[in-house]
Amino acid sequence: MIKKILRCLKEYKKDTIFTLIFIIGEVILEVLIPFITSDMVNDIKAGARIANIARTGGLMVAAAMFSLLFGTLAGKYAASAASGLAGNVRSEMFRRIQSFSFGNIDKFSTSSLVTRMTTDINNVQNAYMMVIRTAIRAPFMFIFAVIMAFVMGGSLAMTFVVVIPVLIFGLLMIGKLALPAFRAVFKKYDKLNESVEENVRGMRVVKGFAKEDHEINKFNKASGDIMFDFTKAERIVGLNGPLMELCIYFNTVFVLYVGAHLAIGSKGDIIDVGQISAMMTYGIQILMSLMMISMIYVMLTMSVESIKRIAEVLDEEPSITNPAEPVMEVADGSVEFKDVAFRYSAKAEKDALYDIDLKIKSGMTVGILGGTGSSKTTLIQLIPRLYDVTAGQVFVGGVDVKDYDIKTLRDAVAVVLQKNELFSGTIRDNLKWGKEDATDEEIIEACKTAQAYEFVSSFPSGLDTYIEQGGTNVSGGQKQRLCIARALLKKPKILILDDSTSAVDTRTDALIRLGFMEYIPETTKIIIAQRIASVMECDMIVIMDGGKIIDTGAHDELMARSEIYREIYEEQTKGGNDDE
Amino acid sequence: MSDNRRRRGVASVSQVKDSLGCMKRAIKMYFGYFPKLAPVVILCFIVSSVTALLPAIFQKEMIEIIEKHIATGDWEAAKPEAVKLIVPLICIYVVALLFSVFQSQILAFMTQRFMHNLRTKMFDSMQRLPIKYFDTHKHGDIMSHYTNDIDTLRQLVSMAFPSLIRATIVVVGVFAIMLSYSIWMTLVVVLGVIAMMVITGKVGGGSAKYFIRQQKAVASTEGFVQEIMNGQKVVKVFNHEKEAIEKFEELNKGLTSDSSKANAYANILGPIINNIGNIMYVLIAVVGGVLLYFKVPNLSLSGAAFSISILVPFLNMSKQFMGNLNQLTMQMNSIVMAAAGAARIFELLDEAPEADDGYVTLVNAEIAPDGTITEADHKTGKWAWKHPHKAEGTITYTELKGDVRLTEVDFSYVEGKQVLTDVSVFANPGQKVAFVGATGAGKTTITNLINRFYDIEDGKIRYDGININKIKKSDLRRSLGLVLQETNLFTGTVMDNIRYGRLDATDEECKDAAKLAGAADFIERLPEGYNTLLTNNGANLSQGQRQLIAIARAAVCDPPVMILDEATSSIDTRTEAIVQKGMDKLMEGRTVFVIAHRLSTVKNSDVIMVLDKGKIIERGSHDQLIAEKGTYFQLYTGAFELE
Repeated sequence: MIKKILRCLKEYKKDTIFTLIFIIGEVILEVLIPFITSDMVNDIKAGARIANIARTGGLMVAAAMFSLLFGTLAGKYAASAASGLAGNVRSEMFRRIQSFSFGNIDKFSTSSLVTRMTTDINNVQNAYMMVIRTAIRAPFMFIFAVIMAFVMGGSLAMTFVVVIPVLIFGLLMIGKLALPAFRAVFKKYDKLNESVEENVRGMRVVKGFAKEDHEINKFNKASGDIMFDFTKAERIVGLNGPLMELCIYFNTVFVLYVGAHLAIGSKGDIIDVGQISAMMTYGIQILMSLMMISMIYVMLTMSVESIKRIAEVLDEEPSITNPAEPVMEVADGSVEFKDVAFRYSAKAEKDALYDIDLKIKSGMTVGILGGTGSSKTTLIQLIPRLYDVTAGQVFVGGVDVKDYDIKTLRDAVAVVLQKNELFSGTIRDNLKWGKEDATDEEIIEACKTAQAYEFVSSFPSGLDTYIEQGGTNVSGGQKQRLCIARALLKKPKILILDDSTSAVDTRTDALIRLGFMEYIPETTKIIIAQRIASVMECDMIVIMDGGKIIDTGAHDELMARSEIYREIYEEQTKGGNDDE
Repeated sequence: MSDNRRRRGVASVSQVKDSLGCMKRAIKMYFGYFPKLAPVVILCFIVSSVTALLPAIFQKEMIEIIEKHIATGDWEAAKPEAVKLIVPLICIYVVALLFSVFQSQILAFMTQRFMHNLRTKMFDSMQRLPIKYFDTHKHGDIMSHYTNDIDTLRQLVSMAFPSLIRATIVVVGVFAIMLSYSIWMTLVVVLGVIAMMVITGKVGGGSAKYFIRQQKAVASTEGFVQEIMNGQKVVKVFNHEKEAIEKFEELNKGLTSDSSKANAYANILGPIINNIGNIMYVLIAVVGGVLLYFKVPNLSLSGAAFSISILVPFLNMSKQFMGNLNQLTMQMNSIVMAAAGAARIFELLDEAPEADDGYVTLVNAEIAPDGTITEADHKTGKWAWKHPHKAEGTITYTELKGDVRLTEVDFSYVEGKQVLTDVSVFANPGQKVAFVGATGAGKTTITNLINRFYDIEDGKIRYDGININKIKKSDLRRSLGLVLQETNLFTGTVMDNIRYGRLDATDEECKDAAKLAGAADFIERLPEGYNTLLTNNGANLSQGQRQLIAIARAAVCDPPVMILDEATSSIDTRTEAIVQKGMDKLMEGRTVFVIAHRLSTVKNSDVIMVLDKGKIIERGSHDQLIAEKGTYFQLYTGAFELE
């Protein structure tokens, strides 16, 4: 899993390596500096000449300068490597998502994808920077400092033989106890926040039913529960500080007392004041490096969740890919379903579609009617291969959709989805999604056909009117008409409208359909609608219920034959008129 | 992005000043919860800080002993002195450790208790805020009080605050010891500190600049990703993947580079501080050496002569001094952040709660054949308004019938932008009143006024003859069933969600309500029926199904008045026909306010009000309005578009 992320390093591998090299340099110097200073202390003590002191001092300033240089370079390369990694992971993820089929997209919610691409990647970036800066630093610091301590302090270094195992054991114990506790409490904490979000979103319901006190009680209980768990976890982690202090205290006492013994006993031969002072510094360096290692461990376990969630996206295989030798042209707009069955996932209990056999001749206008959950949308999504059939075959222009080059197929089949989206940008930008090099004349023609030109030209900036994110500054009906115009610009062989005129008034709706006859007479038009008036005049009307086609035929036939159709017809035209 | 916010550069003086007030309040609040523990904790802080000063002093003493005896090499002679020095140190350390363990445990307890208190206090205040607050604040912003802001406060009380106290004590203590040892040497340290401050200030400023740029880049990338993810299916349908990737790569490149620069600045702060420390070390050693060599007379508070036993601890103290001073400046940052977080939390806590001066309450009632009403302590199926009259000291009861009258009501959300003008609506008990009109015409606003989500500006609203301002809000709302276009279901089982309408409803009553709403059918077909767990606003249900549960929820509450705001707009017409039957049953004998997009839904209302720009322009039954051939007629025949 972590490997998967690291593979995204690519050109930033060298930045990572530079970081590591410079950090080793920095660590070596940092460990040498107390060594030099102990010399200096001894020099001063021995009453050495100023020249001597200055020379040692000069050496130390040089060491500090190099340490600064290495530190700065390491910091810079670490930042670049971590940001670069994050950038590459983001790019990889975005590309992967773009290759997803509808089936893949359904697995992830929009907000979860956005979190994965922002917060999770940010966590990984921070963790990576921390790891490459300290993962090398800490063990090296530890090793070098221990070596130097033994070289310099001799038997005085025995203090570390006691302190290090104690600290390691303590840290391991704390980690072992605290980590699961924290993981559990964080999960609860997330849940609590979700419930707050739910409460805020549903505030009208809460207040409307006067359930404020109920909500408060619920929240208090959950929050108290978390407090209890959190306190337990934090109390364990809180022992980190005393543990570290215990080690430092022991070290101080040991070095001072035993150091004094050794220094006096050997008349300063084995050890002297300078070394005693240096041993205290090494002690802190060694203990700090162990502390850092435990922090890295914590940081890594914290970011594991993020890594997991990123890997989930990167590991998701696009369920629809191009065939080996794709057909690059769509002959005509005929559609045929042959024994088609479909279910959204292998785990689903029921088929969403079954026993589908349907033939649509090129150029026909077909209406589809049916209640919610009758799988109308599912049916039409199989035509441009937004999903793959579970059984049977779908043919477009006489060729199985699975044999087409996907881009070719989808260019020939335009779908105006039920969940329409416009993107931030001008109206012109949005419409050009249908045809990249469309001229203004073409755009205007499409707008006119979709009955959108009237309101577009009423805007002060016309086609240059800026559409806000999510298309919030146009009305629902206007948005639908712009989406139709966008699809029309493709001049597709098959045009599918999935309940795309629900917010448009009946007169305009009729005009749009009339416009199709002129604009794209050859195109097969498939219209899903709630309003019977929208499909009444179609060459063929398909009635769906519970995932299968229960009847097909023209209006007159169905009126004579189908009870459901008659029911819908009468429901909607009661009193001589259809509804709004 | 809180991590990035946390890492911005050094704070400016004015920021620090601004946040002082909030800080004070936060600390007061924190300690206010633990009046007895607070002094104990502060004592712990002091003990641990003072202990941090010990090595310097004891090192000096020990070196003096070594100096005295090193020439003779006689350890036995030195031993008593060394033991006399080391035993107190060990004792102090043991005590300090005990304090430290105690402090860590008590701090964990206090921090979490404080967080819990703060959270519940916030939630409590939030529940009492008027709807207006939720209509005028982004939900994301409200949420971030519970995540980011509270987190910065946690960091403050559990980390910043203790280390601030500790660092301050250590800095002051070390400074005092340094002064007492040697003023000349202290001067050198102060010079070093000034140099460090200047340099870190510069680097920190650069870091802040780039962090702000990074923040902007993050926002625009996030916005783009959000938009594309939202319209991912449209992208697929239009083969627009390549263009999306190109645009994303452009944004991503900018973000990566800004992030790299910002972090680079932050990363080099550490080495700079560290190595200024090292250089200062040399400076002190050289200056000390010179002082020793030339036997310069020492100037110190303690009057001690300058010697190697002073120089060596001085070297270590200079590092300690800088380290802690550095920590102080670092903590300043997190304090400014925490103060900003605290300020936002206080803003929420200080927000004026929804005022409720109502004193008329809803009670179970028994109605005698002669019409006299008596209060009952059990469910009778009848309700009455209990109306105490303070002046006379009497109580009158009015039967809850569902008679709602709005007279000449004016209203505006924002001053100067009148939303409703002169609206009068009379709904007799059991009548169905429909509102029709374009988006923004004020349909929902009228219902918002009836349940007092908002208060009217002018005119009056009477409920069973009582001024609704006199009715206790929770009782008023309990008598009004609400079904909204946007269904909001809560995490829990289907049964829990239906029961939300009335918490003491039995399972049977909930099931009956579901039947009435026409929801029982599909619920029973769910994998676990009524016990099916709903999460994420019922994401596993279709919109129509969610709506049916919302209707059942209103049904279980069995209110005399119902408000249906676009309740059936997301159900297809055929399903609506089924739901409509349930709804009709639900509406029987109740006063109902219906807002609907589809005219077929409102056709059979007793009165239809056509609203335009906050005014009622037509009113009457369906047949009357059709005969009038006005706006309603045009809408009905499809000549007009409703949006």
